[in-house]
Amino acid sequence: MASIHRSKLLFLCLQFCFSFLIRSTLANSSGKGDGYTINGRIKIPIAGTKGYGLPGKTSNVKVILNGGEKVTFLRLDGYFSFQNVPAGTHLIEVAANGYFFSPVRVDVSARNPGKVQAALTETRRGLSELVLEPLREEEYYEIREPFSIMSVVKSPMGLMMGFMLIVVFLMPKLMENMDPEEMKRAQEEMRNQGVPSLANFFSGGGRN
Amino acid sequence: MAIRVFFLLLLLHSSSIPVLSLYEDQVGLMDWHQQYIGKVKHAVFHTHKAGRKRVVVSTEENVVASLDLRHGEIFWRHVLGDKDAIDHINIALGKYVITLSSEGSILRAWNLPDGQMVWESFFTVRKPSKSLLLIVTDLKVDRDSEILVYSNGNLHAVSSVDGLILWSMNLAAESVEIQQLIWPHGGDVIYAVGFSGLSQLHAYQVSAKNGELLNHDIVEVPGGFSGDMSLVSTETFVALDATRSIMVSLMLIDGKISFQQAYVSDVVPEFSGVAAILPSKLEGMFAVKFNSRIAFIRVNDEGMLEMVDQVEDLAAVSDVLVFNEEHRAFVLVQHGGSKIHLNVKLAHDWNNDLLKESIEIDHHHGLVQKVFLSNYIRTDRSHGFRALVVMEDHSLLLLQQGEIVWSREDGLASVIDVTTSELPVEKEGVSVTKVEHNLLEWLKGHVLKLKGTLMLASPEDIAAIQALRLKSSEKSKMTRDHNGFRKLLIVLTKAGKLFALHSGDGRVVWSLLLQSLRKSEGCPHPIALNIYQWQDPHHHALDENPSILVVGSCGIGNDESVLSFIDTYTGKELESVSISHSVVEVIPLPYTDSRERRLHLLIDSNKQAHLYPRTPEAAAIFLHEIPNVYWYSVDTDNSIVGGHALKHNCISEVADDFCFSTRGLWSIVLPLDSEKIIATATRKSNEVVHTQAKAMSDQDVMYKYISKNVLFVATVAPKAAGRIGSVTPDESWLVVYLINTVTGRILHRMTHLGSQGPVNAVFSENWVIYHYFNLRAHRYEMSVIEIYDESRVDNKDIWKLIVGKHNLTSPICSYSRHEVSTKSQSYFFTHSVKAIAVTSTAKGITSKQVLIGTVGDQVLALDKRLLDPRRSANPTQAEREEGIIPLTDSLPVIPQSYVTHALKVEGLRGIVTAPAKLESTTLVFAYGVDLFFTRLAPSRTYDSLTEDFNYALLLLTIVALVAAIFVTWILSERKELRDNWR
Repeated sequence: MASIHRSKLLFLCLQFCFSFLIRSTLANSSGKGDGYTINGRIKIPIAGTKGYGLPGKTSNVKVILNGGEKVTFLRLDGYFSFQNVPAGTHLIEVAANGYFFSPVRVDVSARNPGKVQAALTETRRGLSELVLEPLREEEYYEIREPFSIMSVVKSPMGLMMGFMLIVVFLMPKLMENMDPEEMKRAQEEMRNQGVPSLANFFSGGGRN
Repeated sequence: MAIRVFFLLLLLHSSSIPVLSLYEDQVGLMDWHQQYIGKVKHAVFHTHKAGRKRVVVSTEENVVASLDLRHGEIFWRHVLGDKDAIDHINIALGKYVITLSSEGSILRAWNLPDGQMVWESFFTVRKPSKSLLLIVTDLKVDRDSEILVYSNGNLHAVSSVDGLILWSMNLAAESVEIQQLIWPHGGDVIYAVGFSGLSQLHAYQVSAKNGELLNHDIVEVPGGFSGDMSLVSTETFVALDATRSIMVSLMLIDGKISFQQAYVSDVVPEFSGVAAILPSKLEGMFAVKFNSRIAFIRVNDEGMLEMVDQVEDLAAVSDVLVFNEEHRAFVLVQHGGSKIHLNVKLAHDWNNDLLKESIEIDHHHGLVQKVFLSNYIRTDRSHGFRALVVMEDHSLLLLQQGEIVWSREDGLASVIDVTTSELPVEKEGVSVTKVEHNLLEWLKGHVLKLKGTLMLASPEDIAAIQALRLKSSEKSKMTRDHNGFRKLLIVLTKAGKLFALHSGDGRVVWSLLLQSLRKSEGCPHPIALNIYQWQDPHHHALDENPSILVVGSCGIGNDESVLSFIDTYTGKELESVSISHSVVEVIPLPYTDSRERRLHLLIDSNKQAHLYPRTPEAAAIFLHEIPNVYWYSVDTDNSIVGGHALKHNCISEVADDFCFSTRGLWSIVLPLDSEKIIATATRKSNEVVHTQAKAMSDQDVMYKYISKNVLFVATVAPKAAGRIGSVTPDESWLVVYLINTVTGRILHRMTHLGSQGPVNAVFSENWVIYHYFNLRAHRYEMSVIEIYDESRVDNKDIWKLIVGKHNLTSPICSYSRHEVSTKSQSYFFTHSVKAIAVTSTAKGITSKQVLIGTVGDQVLALDKRLLDPRRSANPTQAEREEGIIPLTDSLPVIPQSYVTHALKVEGLRGIVTAPAKLESTTLVFAYGVDLFFTRLAPSRTYDSLTEDFNYALLLLTIVALVAAIFVTWILSERKELRDNWR
């Protein structure tokens, strides 16, 4: 009970560092210096259910200390441990295909044997215990959009066909709906103007 | 041209960041992935149950894997850490694989069916020593079996169910090195036998139940001991004395030791030199190796020794196998011509072979190095044997009934160097795989594809379409293609074997075990070093095949080296030379002779340069260019970077026209107590840079400082050279330099306080990107330095550049003192990095991507624009149009931009890129324990249609258009007719 009380006090003290003290076991009772243990757990949410647990394939999850200095694997219950870790600051990374884990900064204290502090380096969030959860799932593939008429219509070929259809079927309709007299007038006007040439197009532009 | 390219660049820049994305059904179209395990050290068969037959192996790449005994496929596999070498493996309780690794400090149990780790136990190891593993079953206690682990003077008994330490015992008091753990069957007493000092032999009798020391016997053996001890039976074992000429046979009866000594020469009359006991465990006898022969010596019940037989050195012996309860057999494998002969013998009966088989084996596998024996029961209830053989090239073969059942090329798990080679040009007579020769097949395929595009395909059809796409014969042809996607990847493995892999499907086109890199009298420990392009015919010598140069050295302290020249089309060794100087560095020169052989300079340890090829023509070319040849050396031990030039011919007794002595030009001596060199990087010599100018948004031009003679050097405080986090931020710093290697001028120097290594760096064009650890933030960081030439500032006008009136064609000279300016910026990066590379394209127009091998063994493609030093928090509109991304403190890790998508390249060590002929595309090869190949288009394939281009829709549109033309034509004809009638 006392230890819980103390850790709460410390929690208040260390609020600014965003990191909390967590319990860890002392591996080496001989106390010759190089023997602390970092124990932790990895929780991966199972898609579809609300609870946390481990998916069927935990055998391919690796936990890496200090960029490859030590590598360990998960036990069936998701726990892992690093032994004979010297006091100091360490970095734990989790390599799990399909999930994005933030690296964790872990401080093993020499003065307070057995005290371990941990904080996620990506979000700078402190951890009250070394339980690592993925920040997000990783989807390595683009999702292929299902076939839809709209996508065909929107494609350059579809637009071309659409335009062609308009020209073929709507233009004659428009011509038909035109007033015959107006049509005649328009045709006469065109005859008067003659064939519009590039030259008078430019000169006209210049006048304006 | 310049204008076109400029607009093209603008076009590229204005597009948003292309995320390299892949649809799930595109997996395997452009990429392939191969899984390997490495050279097998130990193998344990698991064939007892009726289920799947498997063999569990541990390898030199720190892999523990379970293989299918029928086909050699991997059921499961784990790659342990780099320093976590597996010393022993075994199977406990019939369901757990037990591995003892890291010099006996980590004991792990893996579930046999699926490879899930069940438990893990640790033992403290202060100094590395021999470790032993023994599994004691039949203790009749809770159906548990005990695992006995000896490491570093302590004997531990571990429960195999949960990994708890049952008892521990310290045997280190008398500094005894235990050599053997013996468990006589059916008892609960364990004997531990070992040496202490020079000549004392200790035998401990320990209770297996509680670790109580029952008896301890010490015997003084005159003559002492050397090396290993071999177990002959549960009571008898054999060792060699310190001179390795006397055999000591030891009997252990009720914990009491008695010994007898015999001269090797008395037992083996032919003996001379020194003897060594082979580690194979044989029953009632042991094998002794002496100058290229192996003698089998039987030990009788009184400890008397007699020779049974002797064979040639090129043989391998398995451990003894207990079958049918009391029979014991082992296998002896010998070479004879191109065949290997398997002799399975009963342990007590040398003269009769239980099984005798001869198997033809490809000579590219080399010699047999290890053999493991297993038995099975045939349908007629007789015993059959199968042998798992590890060859010299690290391949693994399963031999059964006189045949090779399967083979695995596991040498490919230890690739040292990679180069690419072109395939032959397609012409008459060159074999090309038949495309679709059957019209029906062809029609079927196209109907299927049509169905697929029209979404009418059933799931089976979709599977068939996928299979058709994957095995499209187009990509695996043996000829050069238009886009340059088909290439040969030539890889050199640790075993000294070359493989040519086809880039289309990853199959081995040819393989060659280099004779010059095999053990020989003059070269006892050959090491394969590198591959170089030797001859790459383009213009003059087109009728010659391209060839490569393989450089090998004869180990440390040996001044011999070997060179091998290999034809890349046929895989035949053209020539191999043994040279009498060491090779520290190989410099491919930018000059070729009339046969298009590239000139190479080999620098030896005395800093003398040797020119190859050794022809007068090459020497003439080289002498002409000698004032322009410089090279640099980096001495990491003394933190010195030095530049050298060549003088004249070497001064030696024998006149050598191809040897040149060198003189030091400059040297940069870094203070050893504050800076230790940990990484260097230079530009790839074959990198192509398209434009030297970089157009800014305000019509300004920056000139890139492009020189092949720039070296990036990273140093850290010596204290901070250890693991990350081992120092406080105040006592660590990282200093990076950019050095001109011709003049020795430091172009740029920058200090990152509170940072440390490991540093991974890549240099391309005028920029360098490096990855390191920031201790203050306790995160990894990536920094970029871009270096610009300020001496050309006067011709800044972009219009001059476009019109071509710039002076870019004026030669750049490394001697001249350019004013340079640098820009740099740092970003956080999430992961540890194992390797870093940059994409390379044929003309260097396409924007670049940085390929990062992450700690999770994946390869991430990161756009260079994310690592632009000009990124700012609020880019102006003009800058945005130029493609500058707003500043973020960390680099995004977008899962779709993993080049390896959902795959892992276990044990990733390197990434190699090569340009394809198509400008937009680059080929990427990542190697480690696995191999992965893919092709990338960093700015999407802007110069060709993509794989998923909808040809059907194009066809449909054309058909519809033609139909519409006809319809409208008929309609208009009719209308005209009607009008005319009116």
